[in-house]
Amino acid sequence: MNVLVCVTKTPDTTAKIGFVEQNTRFDISGVQFIMNPYDEWYALVRALELKEAQGGKVTLISVGGADCDQVIRKGLAIGADEAVRIDVQPVDAYQVATEIATYVKANTFDIVFTGKESIESNGSEVGAMIAEILDWPFLSYASKMDMEGPTATVDLEIEGGEDTVQADVPFVISAAKGLAEQRIPNMRGIMMAKSKPLQVVPGSGVAPRTAISSYTMPKEKSAVHLVDPENMSELVRLLKEEAKVI
Amino acid sequence: MVLVFAESGDGRIKKSGQEAITFGKKLATQAGTTCTTLLLGPIDAPGDAGIYGADLVVHLPHDGFTHFDSQTWSRAICEVATARNAEYVVLSHSSRGKALTGRVAIRLQAGCVSGVTELPNLSSGCLVTKGVYSGKAFASLKIATAIKVLSVMGNAIQPTKDGTAVPVEVMDLEPGKAGVTFVKTDKVEGTVPLPEAERVVSAGRGMKGPENWGIIEDLAAELGATTACSRPVADSDWRPHHEHVGQTGIAIRPNLYIAIGISGAIQHLAGVNRSKVIVVINKDPEAPFFKAADYGVVGDLFEVVPRLTKAIQDMKAAG
Ligand SMILES: Cc1cc2nc3c(=O)[nH]c(=O)nc-3n(C[C@H](O)[C@H](O)[C@H](O)COP(=O)(O)OP(=O)(O)OC[C@H]3O[C@@H](n4cnc5c(N)ncnc54)[C@H](O)[C@@H]3O)c2cc1C
Ligand SMILES: Nc1ncnc2c1ncn2[C@@H]1O[C@H](COP(=O)(O)O)[C@@H](O)[C@H]1O
Repeated sequence: MNVLVCVTKTPDTTAKIGFVEQNTRFDISGVQFIMNPYDEWYALVRALELKEAQGGKVTLISVGGADCDQVIRKGLAIGADEAVRIDVQPVDAYQVATEIATYVKANTFDIVFTGKESIESNGSEVGAMIAEILDWPFLSYASKMDMEGPTATVDLEIEGGEDTVQADVPFVISAAKGLAEQRIPNMRGIMMAKSKPLQVVPGSGVAPRTAISSYTMPKEKSAVHLVDPENMSELVRLLKEEAKVI
Repeated sequence: MVLVFAESGDGRIKKSGQEAITFGKKLATQAGTTCTTLLLGPIDAPGDAGIYGADLVVHLPHDGFTHFDSQTWSRAICEVATARNAEYVVLSHSSRGKALTGRVAIRLQAGCVSGVTELPNLSSGCLVTKGVYSGKAFASLKIATAIKVLSVMGNAIQPTKDGTAVPVEVMDLEPGKAGVTFVKTDKVEGTVPLPEAERVVSAGRGMKGPENWGIIEDLAAELGATTACSRPVADSDWRPHHEHVGQTGIAIRPNLYIAIGISGAIQHLAGVNRSKVIVVINKDPEAPFFKAADYGVVGDLFEVVPRLTKAIQDMKAAG
């Protein structure tokens, strides 16, 4: 199996979110970046398991500037064989998906993995777009995947349950919780990652179709209204008459 | 024209589909145009889409649309959109919608924004708002293309129900060969799925162990709510994984979120802070969750929760 895993960097899950330049840019000062959890914990690890079971190669791909290299190295330390970075500052999902699909067309892959969403954009767009550009099936929000020969049997998260479906390679699959167990890189992996190939290639120059015009913060909550723990009928009254939610 | 793809299931338009239709109708009114709703597969009363705002229904009843496949479904949606010159295509940001939105945008050479939380601002171009950084902020995005594809976040808009049934144009379109083969569906019976739930009762490590969940289930049943949990609770298999909400679990925005014995870590809040009203029950007055709460109860959950359930029963009994 020749597997490509799409990885992106996101602010650490505890990062304090703020904006600069009249709320048009994310404030990176003091923010730690990590590999998007769905890419790292589930997509990458399931890809490595496939290779361990059937042989083949796991390649990482990231669309971004040199500030992604640290995240890519971590993926190599966890066990990927090699990596490519498409040297373009990503603006929207269309641009990212087009760059990745262009790379896939020029090379040979059986499976493209993405995370179910980036916790930064909350898009869930890139995987579907890659699949459409390649005209491949798309297995979205996969929480379990069994491979037998070229055929995958996959559980997909749906509202209140799961669908089980089958598809033959090549396909695009987006990883949700359950697909694999998170792996922590060990010392040997970290040392080996330093000598694994990380190829930097220029982008195709495709233009994005959407752009962020500004950010806003959610309205501050007013102070909490504390209710006496002995008096739950008061809470019920407030939920009914004031908040009107029951 | 605004084309809405509304999801159906068990022969009816789903709630997420109703929301998408109402969103599409309001968008069409703003843009000075009409709203057509597309329905795929067998459905009982397709004209009922008009109740939620559709001006016209296009129905592709072919059996081949019984099971979901993002490839054939997106092709069908785009075929209808192109034949009828849709300027906007609106979908739901649901599990199916997430598999379709990007595909539809590529096929139509359209810019797309997924998880839209408000009607777009059309005063200069098309400016669309959505949640980013897992609910910690909102972004306004400008879509630069002639055709625009939007998916609507669940519970972002209340479906209006004051319309009447509208005419249905049936089209005999075959889906072609699907990219995926359907095997089976497993659904938790009897409860509203978390992403669609209007009320959610959620509990965390403060519960001490899975054997104590009876009081949570009783409260949820009394409220007609769906149950959820924090990540460590799902990770320790106290509760099923599909109940895990937060930044790395499911993101929800119910009208009422009751958090019981959950500290309110930033990753948990990221998935629930868009709820309309948040109630926190915690014995620690310093628990960070109180800062995000509308109503708070400082007390022992093992006493407070049964008391709350009883108070709701009393309210119902009093009428
Ligand atoms: C990358 C990353 C992603 C994460 N994603 C998520 C996510 O998606 N969702 C998520 O939930 N977490 C997530 N977490 C974990 C998160 O940081 C917290 O560890 C977790 O939310 C804590 O769960 P909890 O509130 O149930 O437990 P605790 O933090 O242990 O809190 C238990 C609470 O119960 C209260 N309590 C105890 N006994 C009682 C009693 N008798 N009566 C009343 N109150 C009582 C305590 O005062 C305490 O506030 C993530 C963490 C990381 C690092
Ligand atoms: N800049 C990027 N480079 C590589 N992969 C990406 C990039 N952005 C998003 N992805 C992949 O697409 C998935 C979904 O992202 P999104 O559509 O932005 O929610 C992520 O989990 C990644 O696997």
